[in-house]
Amino acid sequence: MSINEAQVSTVDQEMKKQPRRRQLSDRSIVNLFIWPALLLLIAMNVFPLFYSLYLGFTDYSAIARQQPVWVGFQNFSRILNDEQLWKYFATTGRFALLSVGLQTLVGFGLAMLVNEKFKGSGLLTTLILIPMMISPVVVGLFWKLMYNPTFGFFNYLIGFTNPSTAPDWLASRFAGTPVPGMALWAVVIVDVWMWSPFVMLLVLSGLKAIPDYLYEAAAIDRASAWFQFWRITLPQVTPLLLIAVLFRTIEAFKAFDLIMGMTGGGPGDQTELISVNLYRQAFLGQWRTGRASALAYIILIIIIAISNLYIRYLNQMKGES
Amino acid sequence: MATIELRQVEKKFGDLHAVKPLDLTIHDGEFVVLLGPSGCGKTTTLRMISGLETVTSGEIYLDERKVTWLNPSERDIAFVFQLFALYPHLTVRQNIAFPLQAQGESRETINERVNEVVDLLQIERLLNARPSKLSGGDQQRVALGRALVRRPEAFLMDEPLGALDADFRESMRAEIKRLHIDQHATTVYVTHDQVEAMAMGDRIVVMSEAEIQQVGSSNEVYYDPANIFVANFIGSPGMNLVSSSYSDGIIHMPGADNRYPVPDDWRAPLGEALQDSGDVIVGFRPECAEIVEDGTLAGNVYTVDLYGAYSMLAVNMNEQDIVHIRGDRLIHYPIGTQVRFDIDPEMVRFFDPATEKTIKREAIQ
Repeated sequence: MSINEAQVSTVDQEMKKQPRRRQLSDRSIVNLFIWPALLLLIAMNVFPLFYSLYLGFTDYSAIARQQPVWVGFQNFSRILNDEQLWKYFATTGRFALLSVGLQTLVGFGLAMLVNEKFKGSGLLTTLILIPMMISPVVVGLFWKLMYNPTFGFFNYLIGFTNPSTAPDWLASRFAGTPVPGMALWAVVIVDVWMWSPFVMLLVLSGLKAIPDYLYEAAAIDRASAWFQFWRITLPQVTPLLLIAVLFRTIEAFKAFDLIMGMTGGGPGDQTELISVNLYRQAFLGQWRTGRASALAYIILIIIIAISNLYIRYLNQMKGES
Repeated sequence: MATIELRQVEKKFGDLHAVKPLDLTIHDGEFVVLLGPSGCGKTTTLRMISGLETVTSGEIYLDERKVTWLNPSERDIAFVFQLFALYPHLTVRQNIAFPLQAQGESRETINERVNEVVDLLQIERLLNARPSKLSGGDQQRVALGRALVRRPEAFLMDEPLGALDADFRESMRAEIKRLHIDQHATTVYVTHDQVEAMAMGDRIVVMSEAEIQQVGSSNEVYYDPANIFVANFIGSPGMNLVSSSYSDGIIHMPGADNRYPVPDDWRAPLGEALQDSGDVIVGFRPECAEIVEDGTLAGNVYTVDLYGAYSMLAVNMNEQDIVHIRGDRLIHYPIGTQVRFDIDPEMVRFFDPATEKTIKREAIQ
């Protein structure tokens, strides 16, 4: 086998030595591999990034027959002074806080559960991961059905059997009682359902990495299960838990497809997250491309700032241990 | 401090015996070493005492209190692990304080007792470091501190020096021994190092093949091994064991004229024990034989190793029967020369090749 390969490679080399055949240098092979990818990246990522930054400083609509007009910081100052937008930011913050908080709790609980060895724990883990694998828009549409007070079964599961007295989660107006502020909770519940498995997965890998001898030592040291959890399990898992929280926070600030599929920002503006509003400004009605670009940059800066806080905290923890 | 008593304690993993039923009593304040090659069941025995491993059958008593099925936390014993098992995310001080905090002791008590232990072990300089920054020896000191701070009924140590460098090991050995003398705490210590066992143990429990081979003081297991395994395992090199045959007060050892008249007090026991088969294994320690010009036994020098204070001669009595004899460090024996030697009649031992057990002098009197 290896002899054959050796023969083949010498044959190859001989063929390369023939002057007729054009020989590629290592350098040009490298270029051949790198440049197409690099060009694609520049065209699809780098150019739009800088072009949208430029557009953020202009008055421009992608559907108007008009060149972008430079307006300086006007877009930014208008956005920052727009109280309506601040409300959407607040809604986004509330959504992020609630859904990431609950995901952390539920995910940690699930991880502790499936970390126990019992019959079918492997199967259970796989089943729990399924929501994460479904497309968010599909999840949104399905849950819209399930929340429906007349033919959805969610209300039935939580104990309401009469559609007319049951809460109308998404204000579908089919039946039921609309409750103010309920829609955001509805969206949070779905986000938690969908993404708790992600937290679980990371926490689980953290739990599996804790060596048994630490628990043996703790048992010898007469630590109760509760004490062991607070003094060993939690500190050992925290770095991974923080990474999960970081990812989920970023995602929650960008949350779009799930909400768009479920509520489209409604009822009213109850679930109008900033990304939904961004989409509305950019691609609906007046197509305010310039203003939307500016808003997109503001969101980006906020996300980077939050991520940096996390990462700084994470590094600090790593430095300690 | 407490007495630990094992009654018919047994551990099986599936059909495999990790520990065959054994009885053992460790007295109050005693330092007992479980010694044996790896896989002999010594660590399993220790873990059963601690409660980290459940017993398959049998009973364990701690000061008359039956603890067989109690959790480790309910037994009040401290355990020192081979790989230290310190909490990596806690500082040294927090590590030592951990058992006290787990018991909900007050802040003052914790500080006081931690400082006490820190003074005892002289580890003030380490207090705010994390375990990963410490050397192996310091990590083991911290682990000892965590055990000591509890003031437990008994200490269990699972090869605490096994993970340390050789030169560190000896000083830590002295420290642990010193601690035991000061604290006078009941200690069970597991090791595979027979030198460590002999140096530290009040009593040594030699284990092999999931069974206790012999329980005794260092001197007993060294000079009066209960069987061939112990004779061979203890000492480096182990006891010389020479297959021979016995008849009428004379042992015929390998080699042409190697006839060894047995000491008088051995005649009766040997005759009784061997009946008529006559096969016997003669055992003697290298230092219990002496090279003398008119010795009764003869062989050819095979190798000579200088050990510093003495030389170790390997003497070939016959084809495969090589015995080790300790000799003076200054005398040189060219390889191949014939030497004659005598065995100290007080120190010669005999084993029955069929049972591999020692033949006792006192058995018949």
